[in-house]
Amino acid sequence: MSEDVTDLTAEGGRGAVPTTGVEAGAGERKRRSWPLYEVFVRGKRGLNHVHVGSLHAADDEMALHNARDVYTRRNEGVSIWVVRADHITASSPAEKDPFFAPAGDKVYRHPTFYAIPEEVPHL
Amino acid sequence: MPDTDELAAGFEAEFERTIAADQRIEPRDWMPDAYRRTLIRQIAQHAHSEIIGMQPEGNWILRAPSLRRKAILLAKVQDEAGHGMYLYAAAETLGVDREELTEKLIDSKQKYSSIFNYPTLSYADIGVIGWLVDGAAICNQVPLCRCSYGPYARAMIRICKEESFHQRQGYELLLAMVNGTEAQRAMVQESVDRWWWPSLMMFGPPDADSPNTQQSMAWGIKRHTNDELRQRFVDMTVPQAAALGVTLPDPDLRWNPERQAHDYGEPDWEEFKAVLAGSGPTNAQRLAHRRRAHENGAWVREAAQAYADKQAARSRKEAAA
Repeated sequence: MSEDVTDLTAEGGRGAVPTTGVEAGAGERKRRSWPLYEVFVRGKRGLNHVHVGSLHAADDEMALHNARDVYTRRNEGVSIWVVRADHITASSPAEKDPFFAPAGDKVYRHPTFYAIPEEVPHL
Repeated sequence: MPDTDELAAGFEAEFERTIAADQRIEPRDWMPDAYRRTLIRQIAQHAHSEIIGMQPEGNWILRAPSLRRKAILLAKVQDEAGHGMYLYAAAETLGVDREELTEKLIDSKQKYSSIFNYPTLSYADIGVIGWLVDGAAICNQVPLCRCSYGPYARAMIRICKEESFHQRQGYELLLAMVNGTEAQRAMVQESVDRWWWPSLMMFGPPDADSPNTQQSMAWGIKRHTNDELRQRFVDMTVPQAAALGVTLPDPDLRWNPERQAHDYGEPDWEEFKAVLAGSGPTNAQRLAHRRRAHENGAWVREAAQAYADKQAARSRKEAAA
């Protein structure tokens, strides 16, 4: 038996797997794969659509069908949005502090900033 | 302008602070390379296990004894596919390509759980897999819902919700069999005898032989050691076995009032290592089947792509007209 199966753990969730001698990194992509879609599901009427995960599909319609099969097998949704991941613009985590700084020092935007006598009702 | 070393130190400190505060790391956050590599490997192997795990049970869909049992088993196997998909999606947030992970699996460059290299020889195995194998998986997976990497933790929450059905359908199936004929009871016992030790092996080797555990725990990826989880599983399972009237095949298994836990025997770690190294009863068959399914599906992937390209070209033409 080779050395590389001596380091084993159950960290794979489903059960024990070796953790050394195993390639993990990203390499060259062999062929063009289907684009990545992000999936948003409205759990029930009155709620916002919420991001639930992603999947690959050849086109928008297939993405919708795959989203139904992967993310709503138990009536988890009444409406699904699928959006190509490369169409999403996101804020940068590296600039998180300056980006959100405008809201950071405006405590007067919160109701607790204002002292009101306790005996005044309904405020 | 800070130099790159200073920047890197700042990122690392931020990462350590997030972990120490028991908050989640999200995909676009800076993270140490080793943390990223560990997660990619772990999530990919977990995803592969779900996908390969469809095979031993899929084997019985057509032979399940009633329409009810067929429908249940079909739903369960479909869930396993879904779990694989959630996990591949989580792995992709770390910068790997799903296609590449599939290729690593079928080229034997990444592994899957040892448990799926055992054959399903009787229909009782379907019940025992739900009860013991999914039961062990639940013990492993519930703490992963609090894993420090957000997308993995969220995938695990979805998975754990569905695993409960898997375990209960298995146990119910076994209850029906043990309340049946003598032959059915014997079939259940024979199946338990075969699956008990491989189920205990699902938690990995004893803590003393698990050098990566400490780092994974420090990073908040892993929350309990292999032996802690194995003990939890044994303690949960003993009363369930008693209720079924089956014997767990371990002469050393007994309650230890001092420890307030069950003592149990040592699994055969040589067998475990051999199965992981590729000499389990069905390693070659499982991988060959997965490879064949991937190759047989190639024309479908290509046709869908060709159709999407044609539709896209058509709408471009219409837009131009």
